[in-house]
Formats: sequence, C-alpha cells, structure tokens
Amino acid sequence: METYIWAFVIGGLICVIGQLLMDVARLTPATTMTILVVAGAVADGLGLYEPLIDFAGAGASVPITSFGNALVHGALLEAKTYGLIGILTGIFEVTSAGISAAIVFGFLAALFFKPRG
Amino acid sequence: MLKGHQTWIFENRPVIAAAAAVGGPFEARGPLAADFDLLHGDLWAGQDSYEKAERKMLEEASRRAVDKAGLRKEDVQFFLSGDLGNQIIASSFAARSLGVPFFGLYGACSTAMEGLALGSLLVDSGAARYVLCATSSHNAATEKQYRYPTEYGSQRPPTAQWTVTGAAAAVVAATGDGPRVTAATIGRVVDMGMTDPFNMGGAMAPAAVDTIVAHFRDLNVCGGDYDLVATGDLGRVGHRIAADLLQKQGLAIPSFTDCGLLIYGPDHSMVMAGASGTACSAAVTYGHLLNRMKKGELRKVLIVATGALLSPLSYQQKESIPCIAHAVSIEYGGKE
Repeated sequence: METYIWAFVIGGLICVIGQLLMDVARLTPATTMTILVVAGAVADGLGLYEPLIDFAGAGASVPITSFGNALVHGALLEAKTYGLIGILTGIFEVTSAGISAAIVFGFLAALFFKPRG
Repeated sequence: MLKGHQTWIFENRPVIAAAAAVGGPFEARGPLAADFDLLHGDLWAGQDSYEKAERKMLEEASRRAVDKAGLRKEDVQFFLSGDLGNQIIASSFAARSLGVPFFGLYGACSTAMEGLALGSLLVDSGAARYVLCATSSHNAATEKQYRYPTEYGSQRPPTAQWTVTGAAAAVVAATGDGPRVTAATIGRVVDMGMTDPFNMGGAMAPAAVDTIVAHFRDLNVCGGDYDLVATGDLGRVGHRIAADLLQKQGLAIPSFTDCGLLIYGPDHSMVMAGASGTACSAAVTYGHLLNRMKKGELRKVLIVATGALLSPLSYQQKESIPCIAHAVSIEYGGKE
C-alpha cells in the first residue's frame, strides 16, 4: 500500500513541475517535455533516478523523465561492456520497446483515422 | 467622404441587401444557432480536408447571400474575401469557383469589417453596384496553422479562445431596402508588446480601443449614440480590458459586447475565454445582429472587428503580436 502512495506523490510532483513550467514559466509544451527528458537523463547520470524508481515505482517510471533516464541508462550499461561504441548502441537498448510501440501504433492510427488537424 | 483623421462617411448609404452565415457543429450547439442559414454536423462538411471544408462553407455563404439578394453571381462586380489560412486559400479558391472579380484581403480576424468597409466604399463611390464581402475560418485548420495540431492534444490555458468554424457573406448594394452602412473607421496597427498567442484577446484590446476612440473623435459621437457596440473577438479577457481602458478615457459604452462572447454563450468550458476567428465577427454580425436589426431590436450598431496580425514565423522569432481593429457603423430604420 505504501508503494502506491509514494508512486502517487512522486509521479504527481513530477507532473506539478511540468505544469508549473508551462503555466508559471510560460514555456511551450515541447520545451517543457524536453526539459523533463533531459532532467531524467542528468539524474540517471548522477545515479539518482534508479533509486527513485526503487522508491516510487511507477510514480517515477511512467512520467517522461523516465525516458531520459532509460536513454542514459542503456548507454551507460552498453558502454561498460563495449566501450565508446556501446554508448551509441545502448541509447535505444532499454527504450526500443517504447520507440517501436510509438512507430507501430502511430502507423496503425494513421491507417484508421484521418490525422489532418 | 473622409471625416476627421481615419473615418469614411458613406453619404449614399450603401445597403446590405442580403447576408448569409454558415456554421459548424460547435456553432450549431451555441445560443445563436437559429441565426445561421446553414449548419454542418461535422467539421468536414463532406470534404476530405479541413481546408477544403472551410472553402466549401465560404462558397455556400457567398452563394446563399447572392441568392437571398435576388441576384445572380454575374450581377456582382467584386468579391472581397479573406480568411486565416496561408495565402488565404479558402478565399482565393472560393473566388475561383464563383468567377467574380476578386480582391483578396488579409486582416486576420478584422477582415470581415475591412471587407465591409472597402465594399461599402466601392459601392458608395459608384465603382460598383453590387459587392460581395465574405470571410471564413475553420477551427481545426486554424489551430494547426497558428498553434498545435488538434490531434496533439496540447493543453490550452484559460485565456485561450476557440476559433469559429464557419463563413459569412454580405451583399452590399447601391440601392434597395435593408440595413445601411453609414461610416467606417480604419484602424492603426497597435502593438503593446504582448507575445502570448494563447491570449489574443488581451493583445487585441488596445487596438480595439484605439479604433473606437478614433471613431468617436472623427465623428464627434459617443457610446450612447449606438444601441450596441460589439468588438470582434476579444473574448472574456480582452473585452474586460477594453471596457476598462474605455472607462479610464471617460468613454464608457453603455451597451458594449463582444461577438466572441455571443456566439457560444457566456459559460462554455471548451471555449475557454470565448470565440475568435475571421468568421466570428462576420457570422455574428451578418447572422445574429442583422436579424436583430430587422426585428427592430437594434437601430444603430458599431462593429469593431479585431485582428491579431501575427504569423507562426513571427511567433517563433519571438516577435510581439501587432493588432488591428476596423469599425463599421450599420443603421436600420430611422431617417433615410
């Protein structure tokens, strides 16, 4: 039960930060998203994001910050095994499922709907 | 005839011989639905793109207005039209199918009154017997061009406005019965340094006030001389700012409203601060307000259509939003 509460609190806080960036700092949605992704990437580089996922579960792994974390995490993991080239091959190691899903479902949506707005 | 600094008085009092308004599904659910000639059940209007749908609505409004005036399109000398699309394609393509000599106008959402002012000038001066003035806008086409694609589902702040889907047209004639265009004040471009494209009303309010003040000054009239003064599409935020600015100048208008507040009614959560779009002031004026004039509820109105002259490129280059407003005075009944 405790995990659910922390997932709600941490996930909610990340979303609050995003909303404040849009409403108070007047950033565009695209800039806000980029900042959150980069923040997740930097946090993983400092070794901070994995502990946050352990602590808050989906509260940290569902928001977009987790995507930045996954990019860096995969790159660092492969770098340990294959050296410099591993940074390039590893970037999409963890995120490949998400990226492939985006392409496949985007394709399916384009087949069945009229994306012309 | 020029009066004062920037106002024309139309001494021959050109007549709005007929007018027509076409709307989309959202407009059909609003309080002014009965004032539209034709309402579409979806945003597509039977076409395969939103841009084509907008063009179709513009053609329908134009044809309907010419029909209602008892004319054929061959009788109309000039077609004055504008919209919000890149290179005003809705207007140019509608002009292609109408085959009437065409002036393409761009004044963003002020285009309706820019067109009516110029059309009335043409008729008043004898340069034309019949002029067709029209505008259109389409919610999905406009959102895509100026802000975000609608499928992207971007959040809209409470100051955002909802672009009207529809078109409206009026036939201005040298003779006949109907509401008469008596004067027009052409606005200056006013830029108060606002940069938020989700708060167009706030950006446009000073331009509306500038034109209203010029109109009152040039004609030596006041707000009380009009049964209704309606701004184009300032919405809730901009309308309040405009009312405050007029109040501060001692020019408070007793009966002051905004077409962007009328078309969807005061409480509509989806539309945030109200309506906007080239078709907003046109549909409300040519549909609702002219109907009210014909019923005798209004005798003299001033329509102040407001336009935000930004482009997606100027926004990306972090430019502020230049704005404009044109005012046209319409009278019905009373002294001829």
